[in-house]
Amino acid sequence: MSAADVNVAHPLETEGRIHRLKKPAVRADVQGNMPDKERVDIAMKHFVKDFGRLSAIYMESCIHCGMCAQACHFYAATEDPRLTPIWKLEPFKQAYKREAGPFALFYKIFGLKRAVTADELKEWQELLYDTCTMCGRCTMACPMSIDIAALVAQARHAMFHAGLVPHELHAVAERAEKEGSPLGATPKVFKDRVEWLADDNDIEIPMDKPKAKVICSLSSIEIMKYPESIVATAKIMKHLGLDWTLRSDGYEATNFGLLSGNAAWQKDMSMKLINAAIACGAELLILPECGHAYGALRWQGANIYGKELPFKVRHISEFLGENIKNGKLKLKPMNKSVTFHDPCQVTRRGGVVQEPRDALKGLGVDLIEMSSEPGMNWCCGGGGGVVTIHRADATRYKSFQIKMKQVEDTGAEMLVSSCSNCRLTFDDSQAHFHWDKKLHSLLELVAENLIEE
Amino acid sequence: MDLLDFARGPALQWSLVIMVFGLAWRLTGILLLKKKPDFSEPRYKDTFHGRMLMIMRRMWPKEEFVRNSLLDLVLGYVFHIGLFVVVFFFLPHILFIKDLTGLSWPNLPNGVIFFVGAITVAALFALLMQRIMTPVKRLLSNFDDYFSWFVTTAPLITGLLAAAHVGARYETLLAIHLLTVALLFVWLPFGKLFHTVMVFVSRGATGGAFERKGAAI
Repeated sequence: MSAADVNVAHPLETEGRIHRLKKPAVRADVQGNMPDKERVDIAMKHFVKDFGRLSAIYMESCIHCGMCAQACHFYAATEDPRLTPIWKLEPFKQAYKREAGPFALFYKIFGLKRAVTADELKEWQELLYDTCTMCGRCTMACPMSIDIAALVAQARHAMFHAGLVPHELHAVAERAEKEGSPLGATPKVFKDRVEWLADDNDIEIPMDKPKAKVICSLSSIEIMKYPESIVATAKIMKHLGLDWTLRSDGYEATNFGLLSGNAAWQKDMSMKLINAAIACGAELLILPECGHAYGALRWQGANIYGKELPFKVRHISEFLGENIKNGKLKLKPMNKSVTFHDPCQVTRRGGVVQEPRDALKGLGVDLIEMSSEPGMNWCCGGGGGVVTIHRADATRYKSFQIKMKQVEDTGAEMLVSSCSNCRLTFDDSQAHFHWDKKLHSLLELVAENLIEE
Repeated sequence: MDLLDFARGPALQWSLVIMVFGLAWRLTGILLLKKKPDFSEPRYKDTFHGRMLMIMRRMWPKEEFVRNSLLDLVLGYVFHIGLFVVVFFFLPHILFIKDLTGLSWPNLPNGVIFFVGAITVAALFALLMQRIMTPVKRLLSNFDDYFSWFVTTAPLITGLLAAAHVGARYETLLAIHLLTVALLFVWLPFGKLFHTVMVFVSRGATGGAFERKGAAI
């Protein structure tokens, strides 16, 4: 499918509350034509492909205690036992024991674990995609510390190759692979937007500089829905006097290859950023306010590249926190009470804990934490590609009520975060529930409150 | 050879052999798998702290989870500690271990052991009820869960009966007790009881990986 065809086949909804694929008239949640047996075989082959020691440890450790259920916002909202995080991996646990575990031979010979069927995998599509954001809160509850989110990502690899990805997620991943963006932010659209933003805001936004010390990347959600964040980035870079650039050959930080489960596409998407940073000799690549983009490049990028990256990778909230703490960015105090929604992939799973708090301190706010520790924050419910899936909306809204309560309980005047996908989910849910809380971008707040010298 | 001789002799010996071999096989099968190299720039290089921290921290749930896990926690701790006390502080058990390894330590009075044993059995039955009645646990449960419960509970009950001389001749009760212990040894490496080993391996592995990233432990 060419880039032009993909636009016709998978039209986008750009006027509604969420920028995503238009609701498909007829769903195509099963891709490709292959016999059921082949589908299952391919799924299992890809699940155990690159099956390392860590995954095997997890597969051997579950004690069926079910304590992970309470940690999942989708289970907590519905109390549907099928949404117990570890249950989302049940066919893969069975297949592992039957095909790959240390006692696989016995399981197979004595028929102790029956083979997984294609119908089961089809049934599990909803569990692995619609009702899992891979937020990893379940890992915090598991007494065996099984990283269920990592296993779900691995199961998604299997589902993709077996042609069992939800319609919208497959389509946006295909758009991202063919066009360079899941939301229509093609290099041309991107360059036009940046040019327009620079003119409109009377600010220089360097594009395609052949050499630069810092390269900034963006999320297509920012490019298409929250372009003010691009201006905010430019203001901050200018304030710091940095030699920086955006690159039209590597700007899209979201990675729908990762979210849909296509490892080859994930690599293509990451390599665009890596190659662009190398091409301009960057020492630092800054990732935007996007959760999974951080995990994709900060923690998986070098492994995709096959060696250490020749540049540092930092999330924008880390970059802001560091430069506020070292006094390079001086801010006007906001004098408000604020609660901070930690994006799961950046904080709980990514390790960026203190820096956004340093940034908030620089803004002079009274920070009221939502949970006993930042790692325990409830997910917004829209990550992991869930927000793109129309049929998942009802459950997502249900689970969002948990998040609303967590925010309300703080009594804070303002809600701030550092992920545009969370922002999209909050904005949509805020409109759905007519909620009076709006999620503000940390990046934009910092840019708005810079003290010009 | 009567039943007691068989239980004391070949049954226990072979069950221990199977247990050791099974544990080694399963653990080796997992640990021999390739560890994927990680080229990402670590936030923290020394992950030992994270490994130890995770092993310790998962002994008790996070504040947010305590309320919903309270029953699991109380019953789980009662039966694990109870089992430990009964296994390692009952005089005949200490003598058996001394025979096997040469190591010994002071025992607890029989009355205390019986009391702890009874509470442990009660906790195990409560856990079984909870497994059957809780929708999440019921859904997750398979043969392994129920059989592992059986092989854990059976030695306790047969041990209590043998010690109290109730139900049959002491020699017969003791033989049955030893056979249930042998069954526990045989099953230990194959089912979920393997968590006795994996609890350290899994927590340690995640603790190390998460510490490297600075992620929440």
